[in-house]
Amino acid sequence: MTRWSQTVVDVLKRNDIRLVAYVPDKVLSPLIRAVEADGFFTAFPTTREEEAVGIVCGSWMGGLRGIVLMQTSGFATVGNVIASLAVPYQIPLLMMISERGTLGEFNLGQAIVCRTMRPQLETLGIEHHTLARFDELDFQVDRTIAQAIATQAPAALILSPLLTHPSRQDSAS
Amino acid sequence: MTPASTADNARMNRLDLTARLVAKLTHEEAVIGGIGNNNFDLWTAGRRPQNFYMLGSMGLAFPIALGVALAQPKRRVVAIEGDGSLLMQLGCLATIGMLKPANLTLLVMDNGCYQITGSQPTATRHGTDLVAVARGCGLPDSRWASDPDHFETLLDEALRADRPHLIAAKIDDAPGGGPTDRDPSWIRDSFMRGLGTRRTAGQ
Repeated sequence: MTRWSQTVVDVLKRNDIRLVAYVPDKVLSPLIRAVEADGFFTAFPTTREEEAVGIVCGSWMGGLRGIVLMQTSGFATVGNVIASLAVPYQIPLLMMISERGTLGEFNLGQAIVCRTMRPQLETLGIEHHTLARFDELDFQVDRTIAQAIATQAPAALILSPLLTHPSRQDSAS
Repeated sequence: MTPASTADNARMNRLDLTARLVAKLTHEEAVIGGIGNNNFDLWTAGRRPQNFYMLGSMGLAFPIALGVALAQPKRRVVAIEGDGSLLMQLGCLATIGMLKPANLTLLVMDNGCYQITGSQPTATRHGTDLVAVARGCGLPDSRWASDPDHFETLLDEALRADRPHLIAAKIDDAPGGGPTDRDPSWIRDSFMRGLGTRRTAGQ
């Protein structure tokens, strides 16, 4: 458990987000461990991000709120399902995306795909916020969830390495 | 080459099978109709508020149905997918096999082609056996229907079961009915009212 993941868990609970479908990565590990261990949540891996989006959209229609956890490279594969399901059917798909490909990346492919993330979110018209500071984290996550649900529109929360990198965990911000 | 397990199967008809399905639904079961002819025939076979019609997102009928099944474990959920769509998202069978929702029934209408785009053959025309794939993914209650009456027998069993069932049927290449009314927000709203998760203010 890390400080940021504990805060995320608290906010998910406050907003009754119970279903967590994920394609894991290293940054997301503390959050995944936390939701797997907590009986409040139904958490499970999926074979790909698109599948998780379908599951969470279906569960929301059935009255169970959910969120998809994925990495930048996974987000690059879900443009079609967002454009053909979440957006046109007005489903408040929540996505938490661990940002990889910036601030020290060594893998060129990851660096390239990271550059496509925000342009794709903007093109799709999806509300998105970058989670970079601990002191803003609760407010950003809570308000983004509230707005997505109230407006029935998808939203993305991007976990920046400024927030999640191990070397940054003692920072006051 | 046809998989041995399906060699004796007669060709069935999607609209007929869908109509037989709808006729059995008397407990407000949710039905997810996959993209293309699957949701066209669902639309034609019998419109009901608990139907969800997919206008896109090829391959996601089963994941969407899984989400609904997890949200409402007391409601039966049926998903109708085609072979081409399912081939795009075979991994979802592993996820369903892992979670084993008690209330989910999976139907595969296998005509061996991407019918809507010009009937180009799919891999199931050349040996891929979707029932064998499903069993390998941890869904032992996966079976081929041999004829329409057998389909109904398997469906009766599935709708009473306490674990997921997959029923696959070799179907002909008759065109689908429909098309579905292309109004996604209405489809979603109607579906949610059918599931009891959306109501008009004051009700």
